[in-house]
Amino acid sequence: MTQAPAIELKGISKAFGPVQANKDIKVRVMPGTIHGIIGENGAGKSTLMSILYGFYKADAGEIFISGRKTDIPNSQAAIAAGIGMVFQHFKLVQNFTVLENVILGVEDGPMLRPSLARARGVLKQLSEEYELSVDPDQLIENLSVGHQQRVEILKALYRQADILILDEPTGVLTPAEADHLFRILDGLRAQGKTIILITHKLREIMEITDTVSVMRRGEMTATVKTAETSPEQLAELMVGRKVLLQVDKAPAQPGAPVLQIENLRHTDAHGVERLRGVSLTVRGGEVLGIAGVAGNGQSELLEALGGYADATGSVMVNGAPLPLSGPGSDGAARRAAGIAHVPEDRQTEGLIMAFTAWENTVFGYHRDPAFQSGPLMDNAAIKRQAQDKMTRYDVRPPDPALAARNFSGGNQQKIVLAREIERDPDVLLIGQPTRGGDIGAIEFIHKEIIRLRDAGKAILLVSVELDEIFALSDRIAVMFDGRIMGERLPEATDQTELGLLMAGVTEAPDGDPIKAVEASLGQKEQREAQAHD
Amino acid sequence: MDLLTLLQVLDSTVRLATPLLLACLAGLFSERSGVVDIGLEGKMLAAAFASAAVAAMTGSVWLGLLAGIAAATFMSLIHGLASITFRGNQLISGVAINFLASGLTVLIAQDLFGQGGRTPSLIGAGRFDPIILPFAEALSGVPVLGPIYAELISGHSILVYVAFAMVPLSWWVLFRTRFGLRLRAVGESPEAVDTAGVSVPGLRYAAVLICGLLCGLAGAYLATGLQAGFVREMTAGRGYIALAALIFAKWRPVYALWACLLFGLLQAVALRYQNIDLGGITIPVQVMDALPYILTVIILAGFVGKAIPPRAGGEPYVKER
Amino acid sequence: MDKMPAWADAVLVPLISILLAAILSALVILAIGESPLDALSLMIEGALMRSSGWGYTLYYTTNFIFTGLCVAVAFHAKMFNIGGEGQAMIGGLGVALVCLFIPFPHWSLALLVAMLAAAVFGALWALIPAWLQAKRGSHIVITTIMFNFIAAAVLNYVLVNLLRPAGAMDPATANFPEATHLPTFQDMFATADNPLFRGAPANVTFFLAVLACVAFWLLMWRTRLGYEIRAFGHSESAAKYAGISPVRITVVAMLISGGLAGMMALNTTMGEAERLVLNATEGAGFIGIAVALMGRSHPVGIFLAALLFGFLYQGGAELALWTSIPRELITVIQALVILFTGALDNMVRMPLERVFLALRKDA
Repeated sequence: MTQAPAIELKGISKAFGPVQANKDIKVRVMPGTIHGIIGENGAGKSTLMSILYGFYKADAGEIFISGRKTDIPNSQAAIAAGIGMVFQHFKLVQNFTVLENVILGVEDGPMLRPSLARARGVLKQLSEEYELSVDPDQLIENLSVGHQQRVEILKALYRQADILILDEPTGVLTPAEADHLFRILDGLRAQGKTIILITHKLREIMEITDTVSVMRRGEMTATVKTAETSPEQLAELMVGRKVLLQVDKAPAQPGAPVLQIENLRHTDAHGVERLRGVSLTVRGGEVLGIAGVAGNGQSELLEALGGYADATGSVMVNGAPLPLSGPGSDGAARRAAGIAHVPEDRQTEGLIMAFTAWENTVFGYHRDPAFQSGPLMDNAAIKRQAQDKMTRYDVRPPDPALAARNFSGGNQQKIVLAREIERDPDVLLIGQPTRGGDIGAIEFIHKEIIRLRDAGKAILLVSVELDEIFALSDRIAVMFDGRIMGERLPEATDQTELGLLMAGVTEAPDGDPIKAVEASLGQKEQREAQAHD
Repeated sequence: MDLLTLLQVLDSTVRLATPLLLACLAGLFSERSGVVDIGLEGKMLAAAFASAAVAAMTGSVWLGLLAGIAAATFMSLIHGLASITFRGNQLISGVAINFLASGLTVLIAQDLFGQGGRTPSLIGAGRFDPIILPFAEALSGVPVLGPIYAELISGHSILVYVAFAMVPLSWWVLFRTRFGLRLRAVGESPEAVDTAGVSVPGLRYAAVLICGLLCGLAGAYLATGLQAGFVREMTAGRGYIALAALIFAKWRPVYALWACLLFGLLQAVALRYQNIDLGGITIPVQVMDALPYILTVIILAGFVGKAIPPRAGGEPYVKER
Repeated sequence: MDKMPAWADAVLVPLISILLAAILSALVILAIGESPLDALSLMIEGALMRSSGWGYTLYYTTNFIFTGLCVAVAFHAKMFNIGGEGQAMIGGLGVALVCLFIPFPHWSLALLVAMLAAAVFGALWALIPAWLQAKRGSHIVITTIMFNFIAAAVLNYVLVNLLRPAGAMDPATANFPEATHLPTFQDMFATADNPLFRGAPANVTFFLAVLACVAFWLLMWRTRLGYEIRAFGHSESAAKYAGISPVRITVVAMLISGGLAGMMALNTTMGEAERLVLNATEGAGFIGIAVALMGRSHPVGIFLAALLFGFLYQGGAELALWTSIPRELITVIQALVILFTGALDNMVRMPLERVFLALRKDA
């Protein structure tokens, strides 16, 4: 028998100004299956899903839901058509309860009380059915990321969604939480729900999907059965050529310790201790990779070392101790001490998007006497060295007078790299080097990192991409809940062992590993909640 | 101080707190929806003028009230257009509205009445009369409670009672109805509201219109209840005190009542006593004038209970790509 | 790429906004039964066609340059300082104290010391809101509004209870001593056979204001401090990364802002009234908002916008004198300028961007 597809897209196109985000997209997803959509950042996956959820209007094309042509001009229509969406960044009201979030927009009547009562019952039933337990009266801001995601799924189910779209759902989860999520998705599939999983992680596609579509530069390049493909083939389809995440490099020749961190601690504005006694040593000529799920203190580690988060403990560069708070502990002092920093987010930290490229090439070093003439800044000298840097790092277009926001992501990253590396630092801190860049830029950045390593620099790399950590690191340290859970050599460990460490489980668990992980995460959550009170 | 004096001060407190309370609740609805409003002063002023002008021309205070509400709502719509539709700077829009009202009221008043930017004094049906509650006269003989009933509770114009009734009503709307849930949500997380399929601009315009309505009542009370006619700049910073009260009240209706009563009391005391002698230390009247603002700064500084505004306040909502 | 060229954003958007404000103002004048063209020619006649008119126009311009720069410094640091009015009031107090209690031998010395006093007093009045914003996160818009009212109360108290000469009725200080009187344009430019600027209040402070524009430009675009203020204004997180202290920039930018507002008092208090009166600022602190918005926070723009508002103020006074149009017309125009350039700018920008996109596609 021929069953109508749950979703069928025909010829969907969408342009943002000159950028063609989606070009003639065709895809069919059968009911009761999990369909993966994989592609690089900027391949157009999220745009496509936003069209399906009524956030954007497609320039051309048709959408069929269960065989019927459906117009989706807004989110309301998408909900009515049975589509639910779990966004990468959750759309929850932080100071509302779970229950209030669930009923928002689909209340039964003008009064709240009956809606809340009914939702409480439905929620209880749903959470039993799909392992989706959350406390309905808890405020969202007190929930862990994993639980907030469950609320998003519950929201969709409460709206009686038959089609569930999840956009990069595991980006913020530990591997164990991700496993739990996949169990939930399994259960939903068993109940006949259709699921679209958007991700850039090949492992997830192979693990759970039935069919998979690959997107590249706004086009859907292929749709295949998962069982009939391989990660290598998918990767090739994604980028249009064979990708070797392996970086060519000689064995490291570590020298003397350059960066020595002892018992580093930092407490944030809410009173939560984010760094809880971190001790690390990075030698000259080696890359120390910090693995971990986002939000376990890696950002704070970079900020504390970069001089913009107060800390206690001790940090030494080439044996000289650095002040960690008060005068002499700011970013300028760190730069003077030989620490360069390519921050995690170049758009909100590394660059001033409204400044010209030449102004950005001295950002953080603008107090250097070389750029002064008398009381004023020597703009001519700054422009000269900017032109020079941009030429040598092949920044395109090589126009120093252009505002930073007018460069592509990869070229913005090059401006930051040029600025930080050209100062010939002893220590390079580098956070999420591949975030948002295209493959070409990523390869360039990886090569630069290895070149600096071979030049004897001490490099501290923070990345949430395990593949990247494995490809670049000479040693790997795993961070969880503000602590270093252990150090491993890349050749002597694997994703599974690191995954457990990333969830705070240091010893091989006796029983169910997922239980051990949940217990560990529970402790972290409790600690943070206590600090909030 | 005897009971009668005390009651007179409290009675004056209630009168002076009324416009503050209405304006404060107006701001509360707007800011809870994420639209910051420093234009309360201007809306009140526009309403005060429109109500007095229409009341003077028609002799009907009720038509005046309607005109006042219409004027304040018109100003609200300008604010909505700037801050919701065109995603402009809400603070600057508020400032503009204050000046617009300040200029237009005098300009039109001069054109209509030629009395130096004021309306003729309102008499008779052009004003809201005090309402004497039942048995006020009869009960005034009862010790303590009698005078409280007769002097303090009875004898205000209808808008005073409306203002006080607005407090529980606002609370109920905000915390017990679907509209209130959505309104609070849009001020905290417009993207959550948007993805839930509810119109963000729709909710914000609704909030801004309620704000206009309440400012209209506040302004009309000033010109037709508290005083008898419009004079230039008659709001005299009350919109800003209401704003201060809103912060003081941490954007909650019941706290707003207490904050406005406190600031009303300060005004009443400043009005009655020039300088207050507290056992040798004289508190000049200027201290009383400045006290609401000083208290608000202290609250804002977070030394006494931190005031956390709605999270999405002041930021226009733009769908992310 | 940006949707439209930088020059269009910097020049075309404000120009169209002003045009819209002008059209609406003309409609307002029509609505009250006067002719906008007659009104305009009367304003030009009164403000620009006589040297004494210019003397008034430039007097107001001086005020608006100072308050416009005051608002602009804060804008560059992404702060909205509505407190220029209060800072100017307190700056006036500084001027008055210096002029009343220090015996100066010559006006030039008096001007120097008074300038310092005005700036320090104005800056100090901005310090508390700045500090609260930087350290406690208290919204500077609200605190500066509150500080305007507190300043008014302080000034009221000082004038009524402390500085008012015995027996005087109005809340004002005594007249400043002769030696502190600043040379007016009349003193400087009038000759026996060419009595220029007769009776007009424009004075030597105007040149200070022009100097302030130049200094502002140097500070913002040629010094490290200006670089840091602008960087902080664009992105606080990036500023922190670069080792720029948000607390320091917030406080320093507001001190400069308050100092500039305070210096406005030189013009009104020392240059014109020659004593401190209760309402010396006359809302100039708020007009600074319109001036800074219209001038795009750039000194050249601010100078031109201040000149326009100076003209409007003087012209408005002439209108009130000769027609039934009250001075409040200027308040309405000011409101419309603020509305169109500051809050409804997207209404102008969005269609304009579409035009430029279409032009680019054709090209």
